[in-house]
Amino acid sequence: MKRGKITIDDERCKGCGLCVRACPMHLIAAGTSENSTGIFPVIFLGKPDTNSENCIACGSCYEVCPDTAIEVYELEGDDK
Amino acid sequence: MNREQMVLMKGNEAIAESAIRAGCGAYFGYPITPQNELIAWMACHMPEANRIFIQAESELAAINMVYGAAGTGIRAMTSSSSPGISLKQEGISYAAGADLPCVYVNMVRGGPGLGSIAPAQSDYFQSTRGGGHGDYHVIVLAPKSVQEAADLTCLAFDLADKWRMPAMILGDGMIGQMMESITLPEYKDPASLAAKSEWSVGHMHQTHRKPHRITSIILDPEELERKIRSRYERYKKIEAEEVRFEEKNCADADIILIAYGTAARVCQGAQQTAAGQGIKVGLFRPITLWPFPYTELEAISKKGKPVLVVEMSMGQMIEDVRLSVHDKVPVNLLSHAGGVIPTEEEVFERLQSIVSGGSK
Amino acid sequence: MKKTYTHPESLIRVQTKYCAGCGHGVVHRIIAELVDEMSLREKTVITNPVGCAIWADLYFDFDSVQPAHGRTPAAASAIKRILKDHLVVCYQGDGDLAAIGTAETVHAANRGEQFTTIFINNAIYGMTGGQMAPTTLVHQKAATAPLGRDPEFPAGMGYPIRMLEMLATLQGTTYLARGAADTAAHVRQLKSYIRTAFEAQMAGFGSSMVEVLSPCPTNWGVTPVQAVDMIADKMIPCYPLGEIKNTLPDTFRKKQKGGAQ
Repeated sequence: MKRGKITIDDERCKGCGLCVRACPMHLIAAGTSENSTGIFPVIFLGKPDTNSENCIACGSCYEVCPDTAIEVYELEGDDK
Repeated sequence: MNREQMVLMKGNEAIAESAIRAGCGAYFGYPITPQNELIAWMACHMPEANRIFIQAESELAAINMVYGAAGTGIRAMTSSSSPGISLKQEGISYAAGADLPCVYVNMVRGGPGLGSIAPAQSDYFQSTRGGGHGDYHVIVLAPKSVQEAADLTCLAFDLADKWRMPAMILGDGMIGQMMESITLPEYKDPASLAAKSEWSVGHMHQTHRKPHRITSIILDPEELERKIRSRYERYKKIEAEEVRFEEKNCADADIILIAYGTAARVCQGAQQTAAGQGIKVGLFRPITLWPFPYTELEAISKKGKPVLVVEMSMGQMIEDVRLSVHDKVPVNLLSHAGGVIPTEEEVFERLQSIVSGGSK
Repeated sequence: MKKTYTHPESLIRVQTKYCAGCGHGVVHRIIAELVDEMSLREKTVITNPVGCAIWADLYFDFDSVQPAHGRTPAAASAIKRILKDHLVVCYQGDGDLAAIGTAETVHAANRGEQFTTIFINNAIYGMTGGQMAPTTLVHQKAATAPLGRDPEFPAGMGYPIRMLEMLATLQGTTYLARGAADTAAHVRQLKSYIRTAFEAQMAGFGSSMVEVLSPCPTNWGVTPVQAVDMIADKMIPCYPLGEIKNTLPDTFRKKQKGGAQ
């Protein structure tokens, strides 16, 4: 299983929530603080340093994001 | 004219061949009487000359193909007759709004609606007062002969490129169909024409420039106003520099005939008849209908002589004549509509009655 | 860490005017990814329509030409014939392509014009506030069909048009595929259809079109997540996904398969 993390561009995210629905690990959630345009961008709950319940860098969030606000990283050297 | 190089050609074909010689790189058209010889010539000779030809599915499609082609910087052209030109108005407005050079030809027929296929001049308003929506102008060139149609076609491409706007040839079914001996213009190699690469699309890889966007939408009203005003500054320059007209014997005439295109040819005949009868008749013939020769016509009207406007319409150019002379002289109209062409005799009788009839 | 999913170069980094959850953004990104992968950024021209994607030219870092409503394929025909070696993308919505521009769509397809059309089908008119589109579903409500689309007379509102199936009858069409921008799996499949179409174009085949079933939360009156569910529940049954027509030669397909990721 791959491991990874995502970054979210707070100013481009429109809070549509499609990534929340798409993430198979349920690691994205609705945010609670506003960006400069009054939108509540989503937040990433993953912790790449721990071993369990983590981002698998599948890219599903990236694929469904209409605003290309997400970039996905994969931890290198991890091939379990 | 070198008689050896002269050819006998139909107006429609002369315009088509001249366009090819002017470096027209793309022609898109749709059949409509009375200009079908133009598209047929293009169908034959554009592929021969390695240029692009498409018979489009409609006049709407054709003008939009011109829009796309013009965006790449190529010399692009379409042609039609009155009902088809109506269809093209939206595309012409878009081209004007996107500052795209292009050329189109209207061989006017009797209207409104499907009308007749005989020659008319009833699209003057459509040509000079916009035709499409919005604040804009197109350059309007009105030939009176097959030779002039050929020459003005080349000029249309040059002016369209020079001023970045649509330019049109306003002909009529008579000019399109008649055959006269002419000298065709010299060939221009399309590769030698200015590339317009400072605004056109395509070939980004050659200069690694920023993207170019051909568009006419500006949602901010103030920004759109600025754009339109700057376009009108250009139009002012065109009005100062590009007016063309022909005047014959106006200086000491008893009456001035004002006409363009085929109506002007008829007036020439009436002018000759009048000369034979000792009546001094001047002929003022606008060649550019936009920009209209207001100043030149005003100067002529200062002599105080009556004017007879001869039009194959219910009276459209006459409004520009009235604007030129400011009611200083009587402005008369001899009009025919629906494709009827006035005769020399008719024009002569009318001018004779104005000059000698005493009233006006 | 290495970045595995990254913002494409050909897509400009700016917040788009599109609504939250709109399918345009996903398709824009796919186009930009492919332009990057095929190294065609400086040899691409997009013709963008009237409709929500009137703004598309703001979001791509390549040339664009924006013509009158529905005439996008006419402009694209001319541009592709002149710039033969460029990738020409004709990007349209359902009004532009299937209503006012139907003649241009049919005839460009019939001539086998070599540009690729990307047809965004959200079964409604977005920009103008939710009026009925040719692709609006029967009984679907719209601003101009407040009681729902009713094909029966006296309303006589017609039926949803399956454009690809119609265009497949034309000899000039070579590759017609329908995808959806709802799930990650469908988005990946959609990218492979668009890649096939683009590569077919660059190899000299025409005409190609990829239709995208796209969510419109604002005019469907639902949340983005509900809109995406409606694609599966309502739209796909009416507009089946897949390659509706693929008459590309086998040699092309074999080469394409080998090169695809």
